[in-house]
Amino acid sequence: MSEPSSVGLPRWVFLPALLGAAFVLVPLLAIVARVDWTNFLALVTSESSVAALWLSLRTATVSTLLCVLMGVPMATVLARTRFPGQGLLRSLVLLPLVLPPVVGGIALLYTFGRRGLLGHSMEVLGIEIAFSTTAVVLAQTFVALPFLVVSLEGALRTAGERYERVAATLGASPGTVLRRITLPLVMPGLASGAVLAFARCLGEFGATITFAGSLQGVTRTLPLEIYLQRETDPDAAVALSLVLVLVAVVVLGWARRGGRAW
Amino acid sequence: MKMRRTPKLVSLGLAALLLGSTLGACGSDDDETVLHVYAAASLKTTFEQLADEFEDQHDDVEVEFNFAGSSDLVSQIQNGAGADVFASADEANMTKLVDDDLAADAPQLFATNTLIIAVPKGNPAGITSLADLAKSGVKLVVCAPEVPCGAAAGRAEAAAELDWKPVSEEASVTDVLNKVITGEADAGLVYVTDVIAAGDKVEGIAFPEAEATLNKYPIATVKGSDNEKLANAFADLVLSEKGRSILEGAGFALP
Repeated sequence: MSEPSSVGLPRWVFLPALLGAAFVLVPLLAIVARVDWTNFLALVTSESSVAALWLSLRTATVSTLLCVLMGVPMATVLARTRFPGQGLLRSLVLLPLVLPPVVGGIALLYTFGRRGLLGHSMEVLGIEIAFSTTAVVLAQTFVALPFLVVSLEGALRTAGERYERVAATLGASPGTVLRRITLPLVMPGLASGAVLAFARCLGEFGATITFAGSLQGVTRTLPLEIYLQRETDPDAAVALSLVLVLVAVVVLGWARRGGRAW
Repeated sequence: MKMRRTPKLVSLGLAALLLGSTLGACGSDDDETVLHVYAAASLKTTFEQLADEFEDQHDDVEVEFNFAGSSDLVSQIQNGAGADVFASADEANMTKLVDDDLAADAPQLFATNTLIIAVPKGNPAGITSLADLAKSGVKLVVCAPEVPCGAAAGRAEAAAELDWKPVSEEASVTDVLNKVITGEADAGLVYVTDVIAAGDKVEGIAFPEAEATLNKYPIATVKGSDNEKLANAFADLVLSEKGRSILEGAGFALP
């Protein structure tokens, strides 16, 4: 670093900072300490475990794509336009961020359920969502979408509109500005938002179990499998928890790398 | 669950972290004794009534409940939760407590429960028997085989020589009931007591194979309880005439 020597921090700051770090890391270590290593491979490669992991990865990927498809326009509208009631609208669409997921599950049930607001008309059209993998994707998208919107909107505001204005004065159409200026500028923000959303999808439990049900290979994602395994096989639950922790670490690590590369 | 030696550093860190929260959590009145009763979720209504009764009988005693799935409760007690009384929804989970030498006395059976078919109000799929649950197009929800209500459902399936394909295998009977109440499922297998508690939100359809689904509820006081006398008194109340009539009123059968 060629910066002037940094100001430094008062020493007392390090104690609560360390405590905070320990608070997060010690429980993770506790999982590692509890893993039954001799049977670890057998536990995590059982048929039900593999089905759950595969389902989790598939649904989280689809859900993240949906989040990007809907979240990028949402964040752009929120960051680049002004209209009455915008603040209220922003708060409302970000609500799943602070809602308990089980509330999200109930809300989805009364929307897409067989007797829900839209469920009946969908059943007439031959679309059945209850107890299907689609229900899992809906639950994950519902809870993860705000993560992407928040981080992307923040990135858009930080990036500012200077380059966009310049491009516009040089004759670029709004479409070109969005495609060639706005989005490339906030790519790192979009990437980290998408990764956050993916991680949130992977961990989704409450909305899924309330709305989608739990059946191996169809709706029982990894968190639901862990929850169920605890009943009879705590060792398997611990082993699968570690798998989920590892997947999360890989995803976040990849995101950090990705963010820097852009 | 097998206990593994936790590395010293980890336990030390945990202890330091937990110290603050436990100190804060124990802020009850000095002269009031708190009895901690860990009871299966299906006992919520009846045990709350019993606790009112118990608190009337004993001055300065407060009954605090932890209602959850029986296996959750056992694992909490095994990990050092301060329970005085444990009431399980099945014998398997009580056996775990006994095997770990955590029961102060021999568990006693105080109630039994059987399964019943629950259908949404109006019975839209026209279910009349267990055999109907195996028909294609019927959306059946049951508990997963890993939990007691799922094991019981499996016994009913075997007794009726059926092979059904549930659309969901839930982790708790509450989740099954909710899928029926909301009309997501055409039918679910839940406890008799659940259908009674749900009132007119669902309809119950009894079936002759129900005997195979009998679940027995044992109660025991927990070894090392600070309030052994009170714990015994609470268990006695559950087993008393008063306790039996409350349990019977909720739909439990008596052993």
